[in-house]
Amino acid sequence: MSAGRRVACAVLLLVAGVSLAANWLAPGGYAKQYREATDAPPSRQHWLGTDEIGRDRFARVLYGTRISLLLAPAAALLSTLMAALIGGLAGYLGGVWARIAMAVTDLFLSLPWLFLLIMVRALMPLNVSPLFSIVVTFFMLGLLGWTSAARVLCASSATLKDSDFVRQARASGVRGARLFWIHVLPNLKPVLYAQFWVSIPVFILSEANLGILGLGVAEPMPSWGSLLKELEGLVSVGEEPWKFVPLALLIVVVTSFQLVLSNQEEVAV
Amino acid sequence: MLARRIARHGITLVAIVLLGGFLSALLVRLAPGFDADEAELDPHLNSESIQALRQARAEQHNILRFYLHSLEHAAHGDLGTSISLNQPVAALLRQRIPVTLRMAGMGLLLSWAAAMALALSAAWLRFQTYDTLATVISGTLLCIPAAVLALLSVLWNVPGAIAIALIVFPRDYRYARNLLAKAYSMPHIITARAKGLSEWRILLWHAVPVAAPQLLAVAGVTVSLALGAAIPVEALCGFAGVGQLAWQAALARDLPLLMNITILVTLVTLLANSSADVIGSLVRNQEV
Repeated sequence: MSAGRRVACAVLLLVAGVSLAANWLAPGGYAKQYREATDAPPSRQHWLGTDEIGRDRFARVLYGTRISLLLAPAAALLSTLMAALIGGLAGYLGGVWARIAMAVTDLFLSLPWLFLLIMVRALMPLNVSPLFSIVVTFFMLGLLGWTSAARVLCASSATLKDSDFVRQARASGVRGARLFWIHVLPNLKPVLYAQFWVSIPVFILSEANLGILGLGVAEPMPSWGSLLKELEGLVSVGEEPWKFVPLALLIVVVTSFQLVLSNQEEVAV
Repeated sequence: MLARRIARHGITLVAIVLLGGFLSALLVRLAPGFDADEAELDPHLNSESIQALRQARAEQHNILRFYLHSLEHAAHGDLGTSISLNQPVAALLRQRIPVTLRMAGMGLLLSWAAAMALALSAAWLRFQTYDTLATVISGTLLCIPAAVLALLSVLWNVPGAIAIALIVFPRDYRYARNLLAKAYSMPHIITARAKGLSEWRILLWHAVPVAAPQLLAVAGVTVSLALGAAIPVEALCGFAGVGQLAWQAALARDLPLLMNITILVTLVTLLANSSADVIGSLVRNQEV
């Protein structure tokens, strides 16, 4: 493993560890309001200051990081499983099934990713509980993010179907679902593994975009998207630079993911 | 051969566009709260007016009938009326399309110009530091959410086209750099260099033609990226384009508007991809 990748792994572990320790590092919680100190600059009590309704920004960054870092992999897992089932099965079955699956994939891929997300998210209930909004946001990312992976898996699965070992298994009497589960699917693992890891930073950025546009995780629950929404009211960069901390952290985390996954992308595409 | 390829693209394009329109209409119809209409709460309306409003919405209940009816009207140039903005969809699109096309087009042009300039100079100069610097810049931009770049463009008073260019640039640069690097590692270029051909000649006569068909395909894909980038840029920077309209239509669950925008976006994206594919195959055939 290269030095850059090792540093990136260490950074990710550090950020994940610190966010998991949010309960101890920020015992006040993400929703507690300090009404005597609204929109306050950084101080000994509030390391990153407070937001416009007096909530500790440091606590919100920690809890927001935890939500994004826990749920983006969950959404990536869902999308990878869907891609494996839809793309893998379509490639394995071939014929009309593959054509239908690829037509649906083409349709999804022909729409810009953000347009698709906004359209589907806006059609879901907007006045939901904060916890439900987290589930809805990341579940939607998982449900819609399978298409490009499915295309790759369909091609890989179609190639595997005609490989010698699958022909031999078929000649030995292995058929249908068993052939797919035992012989085809395990051989798709490198692509699935790569897709899973590549999807995580994509979903983190997508959640941030949705949050800024007001369609992400609902208040008072923090997420990188809702934290970055604060930048909307800024007049100049130099005025309140501490408001850029969530953005800096997001860039560091996504960059670390890109560094760690630099070889995975070649497998995934 | 080419005619058959174009015909196949055309049929796929029409099928996907029609399917996209239908699915968007279906999604809106199934969305919770579809039947609710704030206008019914207006105390100035009498029971007959409320009944008329309900009657108007009732026509949209059978989604297949609504969709076929809309297609029939669309064939005659009538795209329906926006529920939330109370204006003809055709007029709204006519006003907004030029804004988005101008901004996204300019953004794409700037992004491709910067990406090609950097990728070509990196491939030509072959300085590790230069290549690393360009990769770090594009990598950092890739890690910033599109909506943040849109917000920063408002903060720094930067034109929307530049915000779109910054969103699309990292993808363009990455593809262009990789394709040119791959072209430069091909045996015929190594031979050309060994024979003492100038770097300029190697670049223009031997490297670019090899990478051109794939670069064209990537250019087609980036149209979709630019249209996607136009949504946060227009919504957050206040540009009255199709991106902002899509955003408003989605929030207001405006069925006719959303359906037409989906058809338009799908059509533009597929047309760009198909054109890039056809031109790419023409370039390939000329080389052969």
